[in-house]
Amino acid sequence: MKVKVWGCRGSLPSPGPENNFYGGNTSCVEVTDGETFLILDAGSGIQRLGRFIDRNIKEIHILLTHLHIDHTMGMGFFLPLYDPSVKVHFWGPSSSVTPLLQRLRKFFSPPMFPVRLADLPNHPEVHELTYDDFYIGNFHIHSEYVCHPGPTLGFRIRLGDSTIAYIPDHEVRLGSTNFPNDPEWTSGFELAKKVDLLFHDGGYTSSEYDQKVGWGHSAVQDSIEFGALCQVKRMAIFHHEPNNTDEQLDAILADRLEGRNLSFPVELCREGAEYFL
Amino acid sequence: MPAQPLELILGRQFVDTLSLPAFLVDPEGNLLFYNEPAEVIFGLNFGETGGMRVEEWATMFTPYDDQGNPLPPEELPLVKTLQDLKPNSGSFYIHSLTGKEIHIEVTSFPIIARQDRFLGAMAIFWKIDP
Repeated sequence: MKVKVWGCRGSLPSPGPENNFYGGNTSCVEVTDGETFLILDAGSGIQRLGRFIDRNIKEIHILLTHLHIDHTMGMGFFLPLYDPSVKVHFWGPSSSVTPLLQRLRKFFSPPMFPVRLADLPNHPEVHELTYDDFYIGNFHIHSEYVCHPGPTLGFRIRLGDSTIAYIPDHEVRLGSTNFPNDPEWTSGFELAKKVDLLFHDGGYTSSEYDQKVGWGHSAVQDSIEFGALCQVKRMAIFHHEPNNTDEQLDAILADRLEGRNLSFPVELCREGAEYFL
Repeated sequence: MPAQPLELILGRQFVDTLSLPAFLVDPEGNLLFYNEPAEVIFGLNFGETGGMRVEEWATMFTPYDDQGNPLPPEELPLVKTLQDLKPNSGSFYIHSLTGKEIHIEVTSFPIIARQDRFLGAMAIFWKIDP
C-alpha cells in the first residue's frame, strides 16, 4: 500500500514559513492500493489532495475518525464531491443518538457551508462505524472507539502482510490503567498492536499535558510509550500543536528521544511524507 | 488477553477514583475490577486476586436476608441487571472473608454502549452501619 500525508497539524491550520517543513494543514492521509482509494480524515489537507487526485479514480472512501472541525473542515472543498462521475463514501463514528448523516449535514448547510449534501451531483453514501471489521477493496479495516471527547474512532488497516494504524486524536494516558504497563486496559492497543506503521497523537509536551488533561490528546512521551507497549515497527507522531514551529517540534522530539534506546524508529509526521508498505 | 473496550476501560478508571465501593463485571458476570473501598468491605485485594471468573467470586460470599435466609443469585441486584439489562437495587447481608457480618445496599446498572452494545455492569455498594 502507498500512504501519503496531506495534513498532520492538529486543531487549526497553521500555514507560515516557520511551519514549512512539517506543514500547516490539518489531518488528512491518503492510503491507496491500485484504484482502491482511502482517505483518512477530511481536514484542510484534503483540499489539496482533491486537486491532485488521479482522474481515473471513480470511487473514494473517506474514513472520518470523528467530526471535530480540524478533521472535517476540508470536506466541502474536496473537488471530487462535485464530479458527477465519482462516487464518494463517508465512513464515521456512530453516536448514541444522532445519525452520522444528520451530523454531516450540519457541515453541509448554512451557516457552516453554502452547499448542501443534497445539492451535490452524487449524494455521498454514509456508513456508520463502531467496533467493526470490513473490507474496502483488498484493505481489511478494523475500527474501534478510542479515548477522545465525543465519538472517536481509530483505524487499523491491513493489506496483505502490511498493517498501519491511524489514531490521530487520542488521550492514551486517560484511557489506560497503570499506563504503560497493562495492554488489556489501554485504549487503542488492539488497533496498534505490532503494526508496521503507527500514526499517533502526540501534540503536547509532558508539562503541557499536565495542564490539559481531559482535552483528548497525548504528550509525545506518552505516545512513544504507547508505541513501545504495542511493539510497533515504526511510529509517526501526529497532531502537531498549531503554535509549535518546525524548530520547536524538532526540539520536543529530540528531548524525548535523548538517552532512549527504542526498538523502533520514531519521527514527527510531515506533510508530503510518503510510505510504501 | 485482548484489550477491553473503551467503555470498560473508562468505567474502570471511574470506579478507581471513587470512594464508594464498586464492582465492574463483564456480560457473563466475571469480575473485571473492584476498587480499594470495595477491598475494605469484602476483605479482598485486587492486586492479589486480579479479575475473577463468576463461579470463583460468586461463591466467596453467601448473601442472606434479614431473617438469615440465603438469597438465591437471581435475587441479587447485579445478577438481575445482567439478566434484565436494567438498573436494580437491593439490601442484604454477607460475611466478608474476614468473617464479619456486613449489611450492604447495592445499586447496579448496565453498561450499554453506543449501538446498544451490552458490555457489562457496574455495582456500587453502600455499607449500612449497625
